[in-house]
Amino acid sequence: MSVASPASPSSSLIKATSHVPDAEGRFGEFGRRFVPETLMHALEELTVEYAKAKADPAFHQQLDGLMRTFVGRPNPLYFAERLTKECGGAQIYFKREDLNHTGAHKINNTIGQTLLTLRMGKTRVIAETGAGQHGVATATACARFGLPCVVYMGEEDIRRQKLNVFIMRTMGAEVRPVTSGSRTLRDAINEAMRDWMASVEDTHYILGSVVGPHPFPMIVRDFQSVIGKETREQCLTTTGRLPTEVVACVGGGSNSAGMFYPFVDDIAVELTGVEAGGRGPKPGDHASTLTHGNKGILHGTYSYVLQDEDGQTADVHSISAGLDYPGVGPEHAYWKDTGRVRYVSIGDQQALETVRHVARTEGILPALESSHAIAYALDRAKQRPASDIIVVCLSGRGDKDVNEVARLTGQEL
Amino acid sequence: MAFMPFIAAGDPDLATTGRLLEELSRSGADLIEVGFPYSDPIADGPVIQASYTRALNNRVKLKDIFTTIAGVSKKISAPLVGMVSYAIIFRHGVDAFVKEAQHSGFAGLIVPDLPGDEAAGFAKLMATQQMDLIQLIAPTTPPDRAAKILKQATGFVYCIAVAGTTGVRKELAPHLAEMLKSLRSQTTLPLAVGFGISAADQIEHLRGLADGVIVGSAIVKHLEALTGDLSKTDAVLRQIGEFTQSLAKAAHRQS
Repeated sequence: MSVASPASPSSSLIKATSHVPDAEGRFGEFGRRFVPETLMHALEELTVEYAKAKADPAFHQQLDGLMRTFVGRPNPLYFAERLTKECGGAQIYFKREDLNHTGAHKINNTIGQTLLTLRMGKTRVIAETGAGQHGVATATACARFGLPCVVYMGEEDIRRQKLNVFIMRTMGAEVRPVTSGSRTLRDAINEAMRDWMASVEDTHYILGSVVGPHPFPMIVRDFQSVIGKETREQCLTTTGRLPTEVVACVGGGSNSAGMFYPFVDDIAVELTGVEAGGRGPKPGDHASTLTHGNKGILHGTYSYVLQDEDGQTADVHSISAGLDYPGVGPEHAYWKDTGRVRYVSIGDQQALETVRHVARTEGILPALESSHAIAYALDRAKQRPASDIIVVCLSGRGDKDVNEVARLTGQEL
Repeated sequence: MAFMPFIAAGDPDLATTGRLLEELSRSGADLIEVGFPYSDPIADGPVIQASYTRALNNRVKLKDIFTTIAGVSKKISAPLVGMVSYAIIFRHGVDAFVKEAQHSGFAGLIVPDLPGDEAAGFAKLMATQQMDLIQLIAPTTPPDRAAKILKQATGFVYCIAVAGTTGVRKELAPHLAEMLKSLRSQTTLPLAVGFGISAADQIEHLRGLADGVIVGSAIVKHLEALTGDLSKTDAVLRQIGEFTQSLAKAAHRQS
């Protein structure tokens, strides 16, 4: 186990490697398994099954086929010409995950994990969801393969994301409201884990982010890495070189992990994760786990956590339900501590304004989550020369947010 | 069989927790598990989670739990074992937590989210303080895992009766007897059964198979009545005392 000291992103001393996690699920010091004994066997079984699937060409063939014909991959790397001109600096590109079937990157993972579910012979799927995108992507994948599906969703998120709740139910999934705690993503994960404790024999839990106990952070990252792999190739083909900087938003951290991972060993490429700055840096007003959190344990993994001095998980806030999470994937903790990825925050207001700005300038309506990353990239582009290339992961489309955006900007639908 | 009740510290407040521990010990408890309230207790069902939430809403702090335990542990005969998430232990500092737990009078700890694989270092640290780290075995634990876990076990073995969370259940799982027989052949440590146990007839089914029974939710449930109304404290403590006596009697009965 190596614990690297923090270094600047451009330092040649960067110790991050893509050869993580180890067999015990360690990303540097982070990760591993902190779960009840009842779940340990299922996690071991999942680790073994995933390794087998990964080594099986037939599995990849089936997955790639579905990515092409069902999800609509590869999606384009789009040059945001008018935003670039307006910023007057670096060239801005969007990786268009919003163009995937179901409108976000989440489906990359749910198709992969649904195929794993079938391989393991399990007959029921459960999932948690925050913004509802993972819930929709899971419901969709389950409908495609005829698997019954239960999605746990916080009551507060159900209010914020009615459209996605409707879609999940239309796809045949049961949406179970979670009324405990903060009634958001964190509590939905608790409830899904509780369900899994009792149903583990016949049920697979499709976790939607790079969080939770090993092997979830690795599996979700691997399935999401299609984002970064395509981006890398497309950027080389289109521009003849790698991006100067790659930007993605970070809640639990799945779109960013999938975007960053294939670039980790390209030391010259700067990687920037954008967390939810919420209303400001006061505890309870934001969800910037890597910026303000401490090392700690949440939902079965060791990473950074927003918690009080007694280890109680803190309440968090973000305008975007998908970033409203007090933990973060262990690989992000590893990237932070090795200095491989820089983490910054963008607040509610700036993200909200960016939705409309991008819509009017590029004809693209981004999700509130993705708007955090775009807002940072626009600021950054202004500071960089025209020869630089900034690629932003446009992780999802904004249709799901229209009610919330209208409410917050005093408009009626 | 030993009777081992569970309560959450700080529900409805720590003063009541102190009185409750005395009541449980007087009523025949052979060991008492004290739950440290946690915001995200994934192994617990709704009753214990609600109890934790009530305690946290009253702003129960770690240092006050230790102070309360230090005050009461010398006064009662039943040994105390802390049930605490590793999230809390890690945040406080592993060394400091174990020392403070030992000083306040805890005989051991159950850390439900620190499975055998992760527990080796922590078990050693506990041993240096002459404290037991209680290991858990679930119905889903395969035999080879169980054998590994038993090697590290001290104090007693916590046998989880059902796959799932804590909470009252009517029936005991059919495979439980088999699991207990298998564990009995592998260890001389006492086997204590928990999760889902709430009644004397369930205890009767475990006779000859287990050395102890753990009852949590069925006891904690009584405390719901005290939310926002401490005037009933005496009556609720009496109720819990009587319930404990009846279950302790069932557990202690010689067949």
